[in-house]
Parts: sequence; C-alpha cells; structure tokens
Amino acid sequence: MKSAEAVVAALFILIGALVMTDSVRLGFRWADDGPQAGYFPFYVGLLICTAGLVNFVQALLIPPAKNGAFVEVGQLKLVLAVLVPTAVYAALIAWIGIYVASTLFIAYFMRRLGGYAWWKTAAVSVGNSVVFFVVFEIWFKIPLPKGPVEAFLRIH
Amino acid sequence: MEEIQSLLHGFAVALSLKNVVLMFTGIVLGVIIGVLPGLGGANGVAILLPLTFSMAQTPGGATSAIILLSCIYWGALFGGAITSVLFNIPGEPWSVATTFDGYPLAQQGRAGEALTAAFTSSFVGALIAVIVITFLSPLVASFALEFGPPEFFAVYLLTFCAFIGMSKEPPFKTLAAMMAGFALAAVGTDPVTGALRLTFGSVYLLKGFDFLTAVIGLFGIGEILLSLEEGLSFRGGRAGLNPRVVWQTWKELRRYWATALRSAGLGCFMGVVPGGATPASFMAYGVARRMSPEGAKFGTGKLEGVVAPEVANNAAGTSALLPMITLGVPGSPTAAVLLGGLLIWGLQPGPLLFVEQKEFVWGLIASMYLGNIAGLIVVLTCVPLFAAILRIPFSVIAPIIMVICAIGAYTVANSIFDVWMMVVFGVLGYAFKKLQYPLAPMVLAIVLGDRAESAFRQAMLVSQGDLTVFFSNALVGTMTGLALALLAWPLVSLVFGRLRKR
Repeated sequence: MKSAEAVVAALFILIGALVMTDSVRLGFRWADDGPQAGYFPFYVGLLICTAGLVNFVQALLIPPAKNGAFVEVGQLKLVLAVLVPTAVYAALIAWIGIYVASTLFIAYFMRRLGGYAWWKTAAVSVGNSVVFFVVFEIWFKIPLPKGPVEAFLRIH
Repeated sequence: MEEIQSLLHGFAVALSLKNVVLMFTGIVLGVIIGVLPGLGGANGVAILLPLTFSMAQTPGGATSAIILLSCIYWGALFGGAITSVLFNIPGEPWSVATTFDGYPLAQQGRAGEALTAAFTSSFVGALIAVIVITFLSPLVASFALEFGPPEFFAVYLLTFCAFIGMSKEPPFKTLAAMMAGFALAAVGTDPVTGALRLTFGSVYLLKGFDFLTAVIGLFGIGEILLSLEEGLSFRGGRAGLNPRVVWQTWKELRRYWATALRSAGLGCFMGVVPGGATPASFMAYGVARRMSPEGAKFGTGKLEGVVAPEVANNAAGTSALLPMITLGVPGSPTAAVLLGGLLIWGLQPGPLLFVEQKEFVWGLIASMYLGNIAGLIVVLTCVPLFAAILRIPFSVIAPIIMVICAIGAYTVANSIFDVWMMVVFGVLGYAFKKLQYPLAPMVLAIVLGDRAESAFRQAMLVSQGDLTVFFSNALVGTMTGLALALLAWPLVSLVFGRLRKR
C-alpha cells in the first residue's frame, strides 16, 4: 500500500511539474492584454505539486502495521487477465474493426474465464456483434470502425 | 403563480406520445444500467449521449433528448436500490447506506417489503426535490442573471472548495485529483488566446481530452476491474413483489413520514452542494437512527433504516440538477454529463436558459415528475426481471459491458484514440479508487475547467489583476468567504479533533 501510495503521489508531482514547465513556456505572467495563456495552468500545476508532495510525505508516514497489500497476487492475476485482453482489444479495433474485435474479445472471455462450450461462446459473441451492427449501423445510422472482414462481405 | 402555468405548459410538452415512450425507455435502460456492475448513472448517460446528437437537431428534439437522458438517471437511482437490497452490492456509492437494513430484511425473507420501502422512499425523495426545483430554480435563475464573471468564478470556487471540505477522502488527495482534472481540461487550445497548451507536439492532444471518454473509463472500466477483485459470486435473495405486500408496506410506511421529511430536507440541501448524494444518504441514516425510538435495532432489518437513506439519496440526486440548470454548475458527476450534453446540443446552461429556452426547461422539470412516477411503476412491476440480469454470469456480462463502453467512447468523437484513452482512464480509475482519490471532483474539473478559467480571466481583466474583486460586493464576498471557510474546514476539524482527544 505504502509503495503504491508513494508512486501515485510521485506521479502527481511529475504531472504537476510537467504542467508548470509548459505554462512557463507559454508565459504565466501578465501581458498588456491580461493574463497569458499559461497563467491559470501554472497555478494548477503548482497545486498538483503541493498536494502530491503532501500525499507523498503522508504515504511515507504510513506505519508498517497499517501497510496492507495494495492488491493480492490472486486479485492482481484476475485484474490483469481482464486488463491485458482489454488493451489488446482496444488496439485491435483500429486494425480489424470493432465488430470482429468485439466478437473475438467476448469469445476469449467466455472461453478462457468462463469455460463455456464452443457453440455457446460462438452464439453469444457473434450474436452480440450482429445485434450491435443492426442497432448502430442500420437503426441509429452511426458508423463504427470496420475492417477487412466487413470489406470482404461488402457491408460498408 | 407563474411557475404553475409554466409547469402546466411543460407537462403538455412532456406528455407527447414520443416523449412518454422515451421516458419509459429511459427508465428501463436506467434501471438496467443501475443494476449492472460497471455501469452507473454517470457513464451510462455518457455512453448514450452520442445517440442523442442527431435527435437533438430536430425541432423540440433537445427536450426529448434531455427527457431520455434524465430518465436514465432516475432509473439508475431506482436501480441502485435493487442490488443493495437483494445482493448486498450497492450499485452506486449512494446506495451503500441502503444495504445496512435492506439486506438483512432480504435475508429474513422480507425482500419484497424492503424493495417496496426503498422504491417508495426513492419516489418520495425525488418528488420533494422536484417540488423544490419547481419553485426555487426560477428564483435562483433570475437572481443569477445579475452575475458577472467574478460571481460565476465565486460559484465555481464554492463548488470545488465544497468538495475538499465535505468529502470523506483525504483533503489533499481530493485537491490532487481535482487539479489533475483542471490540468486535463487545459490540454488543447487555450479558449482566450488560441495558444496550444500541454499538447507537447502531439496531434492527438490538439483537441484536448473529452470528459465523456474520461467518465466512461474512470467509472466504467475502473469499476469492472474493481468488482473483479471483490469476487464475482452474486448470491442473493429472491424478489417477489405482489400487490398485497406493496399495500401492506405502504400502510406501514405512513408511520415514518417524519423521518422521510427530515431525510428529504437533508437530501435537498446536500444535493445542491456538490458531491452531496453519498454523504446525504449516510447522514440521513445516522440522524434517523438517533431520532428513532427503535434506533438501537437499526442494522438488523428495520424498514425505517431503508426509508431514510433512500429518501435522502434520491432527493440529493434530483436536486443536484438545480444548480446545473440555473447556474451551469452541476452538483454530481451525472449532472455534469447532462450539462455536457446541453453544451453539445448547443444550449448554454445557466440563468439565461430560463429566459431563452422556457419550453426546454419546463419540459425537463415536468418530465421529472412524470419520469419518477413512470419509474415507480416500472420498478414495482418488473423487479424479478431486473434481478435476473444479475444472474447472468460475469464472464459473459463483463466483456459485453466493456464493448458497450468502447463503442460509447468511440462515438463521442468518432476517434479510435478515445478508445485507447478510455483504457488508460480505466486503469487510472482503478488505482484512484483503491487509493481513495475521489473521482467526482476530477470529472467536474474536466467539465468545468475551461469555464472556470474563462470566468477567472475575465474577472481578472476587469479588475486589472486585483484579487480583491472577489470581495468587491456583499454577494461575491459571501460566496468567496464561504468557499474559503469550506476549504479550511478539514484543518479546523482536525484541530478540534486533536483538542477533544486531550
């Protein structure tokens, strides 16, 4: 818990410093026509740094007795088992379109984490994408990203 | 009684067939959103907001769009109670207090009574808040018409200081999260000078961060990751609601009118102040326990312990819309998303709305009455259906929710980059929740950042950089003073706490 707190606080200080540097570049003082573009963000950055610093010190002051684990190994595995496929899914959308990516994503989830039979997995994952296709492309006329499969099927 | 007349006209707008259908659609969608893990009022509305873009273009469409979205919000408020009572899982943070007595009741086989009490209380709380909105908001709006930039900045200041003073999270974490929100809001083109800020040469960052993407990631993905940790077994009581149970419970509920009124008062007050619904529900529960003759038995399954927090959280959730429509300052993340919707539809939230968009405002207020009645009917009749949704295994429902979130993030601006940002925000939301960094002030800061900055800079221009402009008259001085007092509040209570310990 302690290290996670400290790392997040340090990240805040870093972001604050980043914001302040860019504000100094833009100018954070008064010009003839009023405050410059960096005026407001500069103080925002300053406050992020200050708050981050206080949180960092408070993180270091956590007594060892209260220093529980940020996340247990088993929990972390579960979270990563979801987070990694989600990141891959988000990346895949750009390549193969949202419908195929969603089908693969749901199928992966049901097969790997749920342990469903193939025919059930296929039915739900494909069915879901078909429903979304009808709702978005046909019903609401909102085009979503499509890839080579849609091009092959000529349903652009 | 000009308000009554405007309201009647509003009813005429809201009661068109199209709007009534939208109302019921919104309520059903909202309850489903409130019941599902990872989907709540704020990100549910955020995901569905892009679907209203084209709807809002037609004449009178903006009113229909806001009716749909606000009804999703009411539905989510109702839905939170179902999971709290039946599964001991609060669907929303403000439903936590409902689990204290609601879940024990369900375990005793009295789930029907607990649900009836929760729904009826939600309805009563919302109704009282809507009555307050009906009569108070025109006053607040006409008062606010006189506001200049210093006054508006003072209102923003008050909003954000209230978060630091009132939230139960550590004040410096609240400050850090809030300021990070302001920094995110500043990314992109400076609204006054047109200079590029914090883009670091990236093309993607040119248009800045969209708060809808942030809301979907922080609340949606973050919430799913968090609920994964807590295990995925939904074990819960069966919900059976028949008219006899409802009638019996209603008869018993009459005894708690005083508790309900007190909680509603608390809720309305706390809802207007930002961040209010969650503390309001806890405070109402605490007050009810202290005032009730059966207070010692609270927590073992008393109906009064369900009534108090449910009245308060719905009153707060509803009255959070008051500052949103009158001042353009939302009181909750969901209200912030609705405010973002108004901006996208081309409506300027704030006092002028009451002058220029009478039909819209009163249509919305009338729909609050009707939407809550519709909500009560829907939840009382369809509870088993909604409870069944929770029995869908997590490994099926979780990826579908993720896909819905991704589609929502994409449709905000038709950009795949937003989907990636959503995942980043999801990790952020997960870490923030674990480390007690509050999400609500961050979201509000992203929404209001540019407006707060503009108000500040305009005020500074008028005063030539003199900060005393924020104390220049009684009104702005009171608001700034109150804001500073709230800001200092954690410090004061810390000192008092230390003194009392000695």
